Amino acid sequence: MLKAPHRLGLVFFPAYDWAISPTHPEREERLLYTQDQVWEEGILDIDGITEYRPRPAGIKDVERVHICVPDVRSRAGDSDLIAAGGALVAADAVLRGEVDRAFAIVRPPGHHAQRIVYGNRGFCNINIEAIMIEYIRRRYGPKRIAIVDTDCHHGDGTQDIYWHDKDTLYISIHQDGRTLYPGSGFLPEFGGPNACGYTLNLPLPPETGEEGFLYAVENLILPVLEDFRPDLIINSAGQDNHYTDPITNMRFSARGYARLTELLQPHIAVLEGGYSIEGALPYVNLGIILALAGLDYSWVREPDYSPAKVAQPREITDYIARLCRETYAAWRQRHEIRARSVAGRKEISRQRRVYYDTEGLLELQKETTLVCDDCAGLTWIDSRCADRGEHILAVFIPRDACPRCRQEGEKLFRRADRRTYTGVYLQDRPEDLLLKE
Amino acid sequence: MLIGLDMGGTHTDAVLISGGEVIRHVKVLTDPADFLASVREALDTLLEGRDPATVRRINLSTTVCTNAIVEGKTEPVGLLLEPGPGLNPSFLACAKVNVFLQGSIDHRGRETGSLKVGELEAAKEQFAAAGIRCLAAVGKFSVRNPAHELEIAKRLEGSYDFITLGHRLSGRLAFPRRVYTAYLNSSVWRVYSRFAEAVRSYGKSRGLKIEPFILKADGGTLTLSGAMNTPVETILSGPAASIMGALALAPGEDDCVILDVGGTTTDIAFCAGGVPLFEPQGIRLGPYPTLVRSFFVHSIGLGGDSSVRIADRRMAIGPQRQGPPVALGGPAPTPTDAFIALGMLPVGDRGLAVEAIEGLGRSLGLSVRATAHSILDELAAGIAGAVGRLLNYLNSRPVYTIREVLTERKLEPRRVIAVGAPAPLLKPFLEKALGLPVEVPSLAGVANAVGAALSHPTATLAVFADTERGVLTAPEIGWQERIGRSFSLDDARQRAFALLERRLRELGYTEGTPEIEVIEEQSFNMVRGFYTVGRNIRLKVQNRPSLGGLKGGGNCHA
Repeated sequence: MLKAPHRLGLVFFPAYDWAISPTHPEREERLLYTQDQVWEEGILDIDGITEYRPRPAGIKDVERVHICVPDVRSRAGDSDLIAAGGALVAADAVLRGEVDRAFAIVRPPGHHAQRIVYGNRGFCNINIEAIMIEYIRRRYGPKRIAIVDTDCHHGDGTQDIYWHDKDTLYISIHQDGRTLYPGSGFLPEFGGPNACGYTLNLPLPPETGEEGFLYAVENLILPVLEDFRPDLIINSAGQDNHYTDPITNMRFSARGYARLTELLQPHIAVLEGGYSIEGALPYVNLGIILALAGLDYSWVREPDYSPAKVAQPREITDYIARLCRETYAAWRQRHEIRARSVAGRKEISRQRRVYYDTEGLLELQKETTLVCDDCAGLTWIDSRCADRGEHILAVFIPRDACPRCRQEGEKLFRRADRRTYTGVYLQDRPEDLLLKE
Repeated sequence: MLIGLDMGGTHTDAVLISGGEVIRHVKVLTDPADFLASVREALDTLLEGRDPATVRRINLSTTVCTNAIVEGKTEPVGLLLEPGPGLNPSFLACAKVNVFLQGSIDHRGRETGSLKVGELEAAKEQFAAAGIRCLAAVGKFSVRNPAHELEIAKRLEGSYDFITLGHRLSGRLAFPRRVYTAYLNSSVWRVYSRFAEAVRSYGKSRGLKIEPFILKADGGTLTLSGAMNTPVETILSGPAASIMGALALAPGEDDCVILDVGGTTTDIAFCAGGVPLFEPQGIRLGPYPTLVRSFFVHSIGLGGDSSVRIADRRMAIGPQRQGPPVALGGPAPTPTDAFIALGMLPVGDRGLAVEAIEGLGRSLGLSVRATAHSILDELAAGIAGAVGRLLNYLNSRPVYTIREVLTERKLEPRRVIAVGAPAPLLKPFLEKALGLPVEVPSLAGVANAVGAALSHPTATLAVFADTERGVLTAPEIGWQERIGRSFSLDDARQRAFALLERRLRELGYTEGTPEIEVIEEQSFNMVRGFYTVGRNIRLKVQNRPSLGGLKGGGNCHA
């Protein structure tokens, strides 16, 4: 049999007994044909490829990242906990040195789940990559981590969770939000006041082809990673940029995904979206697996593939080149940009409306962050969700909190008027605690 | 009367069972140059003074095919592969002549690229040039739709002695295993055919009224002639014979460990609720992972004749066997010498054994007795360590549904059955090392032949039904039929049971109704757009290997 040049751990959790609803894209059948292909290829007989059994993530693993209102069990089901747990198993395999890379092929996905969770957004309840990353830091010590999100949808949940964290670089390439859910992910979304530039968005136009994706990887993502020098690279490996995906408009191929993976060399890949369950997923997942393992993927080919299906017009090529240039320039000037935007200010606030599409809930947020040169800065969010009858205050003491931000945070939590809010939450990352009153 | 025979690398064991009791057993040396001679010698001894016409069943476990493969004495094969898209298939070129065909079938069994007839004609010339007489044809996803393999057979059969078609070997998805299994099957076809023919004419000359059965690695049997199509199924049946024997002699409905302690190796197997565990995909033979259904058996290089030495001031045993024990003229001390030195085993020259054990213990400052105990403790600890690691592995195997993750059932053995020649003496040491009661049946030395005698035909059957395509396929028996849109999982189950029962009858199953069980079943609604367009049903059924014919199990060795 074959031997894989890179040892690869696979966590396969197709959740064959769970669906959002019978005809929903996120249904039992989604990974069936992927499993068929992976089995038929004999992937698990390859020397150096090991399959791991998923386990449910703990409540504490979720609370380290999210404030679920009113609590974790009300918002995350068994399938969510096992999908997140699958990512934890993948991380353990890599961090313990049992394998060089790992791929968690799990469902449901997670990258639309934000810090505060009232319900399901874009098929996601809890953010499985973020849960994995914070588990890694808790268990294996501080790490500089880069997340490269190659799902076709902007990973607004992951962006929200790492908005203030300059130890976690979040780069997303996705279909332009003016043409696709969730409608965000533009260049000006560049990170919070103390992590300016550590969120990078590259909104690609509809009809972007193979050339455009690989151009963005080679001309933006790789140079930024070179500058950032992460300890770990995580790939949110959504597969809905495929030319057959029913709910997006891109023109990427299985071999293109494999090439992207080969360029990116992620330590851990986590499946996100991808709903062309027969035409794309079996081939894309196979391509990613082979690329991660360092095996030849040149024979991976969709039955209906043709170069014309992944070609892009000239103007898209030029547009993407310009986009990459501007974004890279902004990244290089991130310190200057931050200096200008925080000059003379003690705290910075923003207001947001967060829509939960699956259940039709609307959340209104006012978020405030202390400008801080010593840590990620204290952040608090005043959040209302009338549909759920909730009005909460959530206080976030960051992982590297300085004494001032910690004190301010504790004071805010103690003094918050219990009569105004249905719940007051304190997420204390350094102490690994979630307090709720 | 029932006869069971297990041909091992060194010995051939055979038993005669009558009235539910083992009334005769023999052990003869295996002659690797003439396997049939060993069979003849063992059977002649068993049947001495008895009427061969009263023999109701003869089950043979043979190493004919295993040996041919291990020693490279197989026939050159022409391999026709239709790999389709996916892994680079060049690593599958295991035969003398390998031909890669265009054309492809996808996961649903739809043709996505047609077979090129011209390529077959070119292949024929290559085969002719290399003097190839046996072929194997395997396509990716051929178990979902065997049309291309069937077309290849139609165009080539007649010109060759034998063709293996991949889809007939197993319903499992695993293209590389299907390739290796098909290749091996064709490569041993001739050596098996000759053996089968020789056995048949021997039986006729002895006046046997029945057709012998051949044992498989899954503890089941198939007829001598039935195995002509799938001789690869006869490989590595020896461990299965021992497991079946252990279960016949020490039956139970619990989780248990089965140890077959031999001279060079110890085989480790497990039962869950009284049923042996299987390899999830199939057995591995040398470099080839296969689809040959087999019990889960792990072999470690520790046995009664493993050589013992001192390394880093510790007792080190195996994995090599340098020869017989010192007491029997061997070059290096072995655990058997330890038994002999302790006076537990009255064979060979005890003085030599004591001297050898003493020599080992000197550098550690141990007495003969302490050294001998230390050797046996170390042997038992080695086996116990392997059992622990295997349990850990088995209990961490992946599962795919929420229900399975949340209600994981762990394998928790409560007892150990040990068979094989050294087992009775090793029992106290194993109990200490494993922390579990160890049962050693009284016929532990010929458990393998007992197991062979009591086995019945087994078969598995995979059924795929796709109501959108309107097709039901059972690849192993070459079955395809049209189904309607309302065909359900229940319908599929009934169909699978009926087809399997029919197959078992063809394989020579003559007992009552076979006990058929479902080992996997899944039914998925296929949704395209907002509509359910059909159901995709997958089902695997099998009959459990069963044991019959022994009165009240065996007696336990005190």
